[in-house]
Amino acid sequence: MNTLEYSVILVHSTSHAVKAEQVLARAGIASKLIPVPRQISSDCGSCIRVERLHVQRAQHEMESAGLEVDGVHDIG
Amino acid sequence: MTDLDVIYFDNAATSWPKPPVVLEAMNHFMNKVGANPGRGAHRRAVESGRIVYAAREAVARLVNAPDPLRVVFGSNVTEALNLALNGLLRPGDHVITSSMEHNSLMRPLRFLQHRQVELTVVPCSPQGFLEPEAVKRAIRRKTRLVALNHASNVIGTLLPVGEVGAIAREHGLLLLVDAAQTAGALPIDMQESAIDLLAFTGHKSLYGPMGTGGLALGARVLEGDLSPLKRGGTGSRSEWEEQPSFLPDLCESGTLNVVGLAGLEAGIRWVTERGVEAIRAHEMALTRRLIDELRPIPTVRVYGGQDPERQTATVAFNIDGLAASEVGLRLDEENAILCRVGLHCSPAAHQTMGTYPAGTVRFGFGAWNTVEEVDQAVAAVRKLAEGRP
Repeated sequence: MNTLEYSVILVHSTSHAVKAEQVLARAGIASKLIPVPRQISSDCGSCIRVERLHVQRAQHEMESAGLEVDGVHDIG
Repeated sequence: MTDLDVIYFDNAATSWPKPPVVLEAMNHFMNKVGANPGRGAHRRAVESGRIVYAAREAVARLVNAPDPLRVVFGSNVTEALNLALNGLLRPGDHVITSSMEHNSLMRPLRFLQHRQVELTVVPCSPQGFLEPEAVKRAIRRKTRLVALNHASNVIGTLLPVGEVGAIAREHGLLLLVDAAQTAGALPIDMQESAIDLLAFTGHKSLYGPMGTGGLALGARVLEGDLSPLKRGGTGSRSEWEEQPSFLPDLCESGTLNVVGLAGLEAGIRWVTERGVEAIRAHEMALTRRLIDELRPIPTVRVYGGQDPERQTATVAFNIDGLAASEVGLRLDEENAILCRVGLHCSPAAHQTMGTYPAGTVRFGFGAWNTVEEVDQAVAAVRKLAEGRP
């Protein structure tokens, strides 16, 4: 059973999400690009899912790389 | 690699052949990826997005642009120049350009003149050289932009973009550079040369396919000052009916040419692995050899500065008593040498050189060309010049 808890970080577009994926990989934070959950936004693009444990550090790394964060949400 | 059937000297129009890695990358995209980047977020859509981002990074690294997300893709350098000029200039603004420009820059500027944008065309010497001080003297209170090619598509002469960049920065102006003939052919550093907008094409010295190009934006170009050429779906902010205000989506409506961008990324990778400096040195050697061999022929007139250090691997010439079109036809039919003749879409440049409206013959070398090919071409030109059948 998967017991990990996740958060998603929203960015402007898929281009930004791919950049975020690279920034996080360099910082040693595992991430996955997933569709933006409908309950959060009706955007049809992708967002970045990380373990909730790492979300603050992930947000910090992204902002340090000049990526604007549109929102952070916990998901199941 | 080179096709033994022809000598391809039309690289200033488009490079050929393309490196095998370019074809492989395009084939991989078509066969194994295929999805639309940023529309949906399934694994293939994400992979497609990664390919586009890799192309942005490749461009940004090659020209030292500040951020891959400020590399905007479009179909060619013409579209990029139209985006820059139409996007930035407003009625009452003044813009400075040179008398060596291609119509891809000149026509949008002439159009904007009808929309109350003021234009100064600074004259260049007949060899195509531009005096930076002449640009400085043309600056007015309402000057907003300096727009120049990096190298002439007709005679290859390099314009002093670094010096002009320093002048532009000192006066608070933006500098737009048309790098159609130089991106990949010689080193470009947007930050060091104070280039604010760099328009590039993918299918020339970046060795990608046709239908790729774009505009790299420096940090001084504000999103709010740039009006896009078109508006529409971007895959982002789908709930909004207004165009996104952030880059690159602001200027990238509609599905991108991802198969082309996959090829472009591979082309830039190929150029980078060979080394821009190494390609430049090779092309300079070919250019020097051609100029040195053609110059002593009494009836051949070589245009431009005739100094490989101050030009790209593009050489324009004429043979007395023969129309350029006739020379081009006979080189093709009798020697399978492929080149371009005429005005090269640059009437202003030919007026500057004194070759309007007759035009010239143009050889444009690329990374694949060889000394042997240059020697064969020289022999063919000599034969025509001496009037031998």
